[in-house]
Amino acid sequence: MRRLGSVFDVLPCWLTTCLLLTSSLVAVDVGAEEVKIGSKKFTESVVLGEALAHLVRDSGAKAVHRRELGGTRVVWNALLSGEIDAYVEYTGTLTHEILAGRDVQGELAIRQTVAESGVVASQALGFNNTYAIGMREAVASELGIDRISQLRDYPDLEFGFNNEFMDRGDGWGSLRDHYRLPQRAVRGIDHDLAYRGLESGTIHATDLYSTDAEIAAYGLRVLVDDEQHFPEYRALILYRQDLERRLPAVVASIRRLEGLIDDRAMVAMNARARLDRVPESQVAADFLAERLAVAAKVEVETGVQRFVRHTTEHMFLVGVSLLLAILVAVPSGIAAAKNRRLGQGILALVGTLQTIPSLALLVFMIPLLGIGAPPALAALFLYSLLPIVRNTHAGLTGIPLDIRQSGEALGLSPAARLRWIELPLASPAILAGIKTSAVINVGTATLGALIGAGGYGQPILTGIRLDDIGLILEGAVPAAVLALLVQAGFELLERVVVPKGLRLKPDSAGVG
Amino acid sequence: MLELRDVTRRFDAAGSGPQTVALDAVSLTVPAGRTLVLLGPSGCGKSTLLRVMIGLTLPDEGSVSISAQAMTPESVLTLRQRMGYVIQDGGLFPHLTARGNLALQARYVGWSAQRIDDRIASLLEMTRFPADGLERYPAQLSGGQRQRVSLMRALMLDPDVLLLDEPLGALDPIIRSDLQRDLEAVFETLGKTVVLVTHDLAEAAFFGHQIVLMHQGRIVQQGSYRDLMHQPATPFVTRFITAQRSLHGLRGDES
Repeated sequence: MRRLGSVFDVLPCWLTTCLLLTSSLVAVDVGAEEVKIGSKKFTESVVLGEALAHLVRDSGAKAVHRRELGGTRVVWNALLSGEIDAYVEYTGTLTHEILAGRDVQGELAIRQTVAESGVVASQALGFNNTYAIGMREAVASELGIDRISQLRDYPDLEFGFNNEFMDRGDGWGSLRDHYRLPQRAVRGIDHDLAYRGLESGTIHATDLYSTDAEIAAYGLRVLVDDEQHFPEYRALILYRQDLERRLPAVVASIRRLEGLIDDRAMVAMNARARLDRVPESQVAADFLAERLAVAAKVEVETGVQRFVRHTTEHMFLVGVSLLLAILVAVPSGIAAAKNRRLGQGILALVGTLQTIPSLALLVFMIPLLGIGAPPALAALFLYSLLPIVRNTHAGLTGIPLDIRQSGEALGLSPAARLRWIELPLASPAILAGIKTSAVINVGTATLGALIGAGGYGQPILTGIRLDDIGLILEGAVPAAVLALLVQAGFELLERVVVPKGLRLKPDSAGVG
Repeated sequence: MLELRDVTRRFDAAGSGPQTVALDAVSLTVPAGRTLVLLGPSGCGKSTLLRVMIGLTLPDEGSVSISAQAMTPESVLTLRQRMGYVIQDGGLFPHLTARGNLALQARYVGWSAQRIDDRIASLLEMTRFPADGLERYPAQLSGGQRQRVSLMRALMLDPDVLLLDEPLGALDPIIRSDLQRDLEAVFETLGKTVVLVTHDLAEAAFFGHQIVLMHQGRIVQQGSYRDLMHQPATPFVTRFITAQRSLHGLRGDES
């Protein structure tokens, strides 16, 4: 009866902690009055985001650019929730993806439809960055292919498409149906990796953006869309209606981009950023200086500053999520060990959380917590629970019966037994669980960059986008070193926390 | 005085089959200051009966009282502090030194450090445990030393009742006979109410003022060693004694 009592003491605490956690995470992101620009994780979007940020600053306001936020859904939802104020979108993406199923045709209809969501669509910026299908020039001329419809005759060709293209309304599925394409060897691949796949011959065709700088650089042939499948992808600025009310000068300033960028100008900017490795901020500033005589200040971060920032962001993600996880998981593990039925429930719950793919979990968090550190913290927190809960549970239930009952026979209360006997005996297991969580967290936290949380994932992400091995290593090496340091740190901690008697081997027994 | 009245304890058999009765309406009185031995083959319920006495196993029916105080879920923690419990291989806490094992309960009930040290010093003498062993962990002690620490831990708060479950079971013969003599001396000196569980007739005869022979969850016979030898109550008593004596005959030079 006593035993039951102690479990029900723990349970409300546990639930309260969970609730507090959630609410405190929500409350973190209250920024000052600055204009937040978003961009997707491809170079053109980042360059245009930088251009918007420069124009915001030129109007006298403060700007922050949340770069490389991931795919369309992430950025669109961020705009709707006010996490960002503006970003550059494409008409084809709006009609076939964001507003798919509502039969929206043309810019006017787009403008009316997004207005219902409190969003303003500017006039088009000029260029048309439509989807296209590309092959290596050598392969295409050998097979004599220059139109998409000709692909029908080569069912054995292997395609690698950007993951977003695999799923989009105007992507692979409808392209296949439209052209009645027979190919079955089709896989999802990151857009920036696809070029390398083409070059190495692992894939024969991929989706392209028609303003991609690589088309010329890699010697690709763009297949003619001879049966008119792909819609137009004219870039325009989407911004929140309240921005117009709050900061009309900002809106006026960014709308100066309307009609300013033609196909050639965009391809040139993409080429500078992707192929010449000029920072996107510089590329955008140079363009604005030339066309609008805007003197944009480009802040250049030194390598050391960048490293320190990424390290701080990464440690913050890992440290805070781990700390919260310990606070919740250890009591949960104790509750699980004390009550078998509750224990099965808790273990099943945290086990299920672990099976959610990490990228999916990150994206699930965005509607709840927005973008940036809070959703990344929440996802890492949820991932950290299982190893700690399971090890705490195993450590406590693994205490031999005679030892547990020796404690009971001394007349110690359940709380005293837990404090003086059971937790010290379970400490090696609990610590091992925390160590596992910490090491996994260091790796998983690199994905946080996809939703704007920064950390070592940022240079990895940018490095993949720019095909820059050095930049990838700038994130990957510190992440690996940090994982090793965390591992070593916990081994030192083990010497302090785990009682000496548990580290002795039984064969060191004295003489009888 | 320790009193059990009509104690019945059932165990769920594996699955949903019929329940096994571990203790079947056992009534028993242990007079203060006497040593009583619970004897019987394995599975007869003697260890379960001991565990019922210290409240580790709750009876399904019947009652337990210590010095006329009934054992209830509310009183069990304080009653346990008036009993010492020693099991076969000591049940020492591996994360604490011998001293830590001894001090835990006294610290819990609020004794001062000085009082704890004094008490440990007097117990060392009584159990003939070397003082330099106090800072060792259980893994660094021999089996006999671990049992001495376990005995000291049970005696720490000077309890009225001492319960021992096969305390010599895991020891080799020489250490066993040493400790057996020391245990008897402690019982004699302290005059505690002692209940000792064993399956060994010779050990029962050595310690027991009274021997309670159990079989299948019931008390078959209660009396002195002599009573059991000469006036066996049932054919089972005869069979048990004959089997034990032939066993001892084979290794008679040891005891």
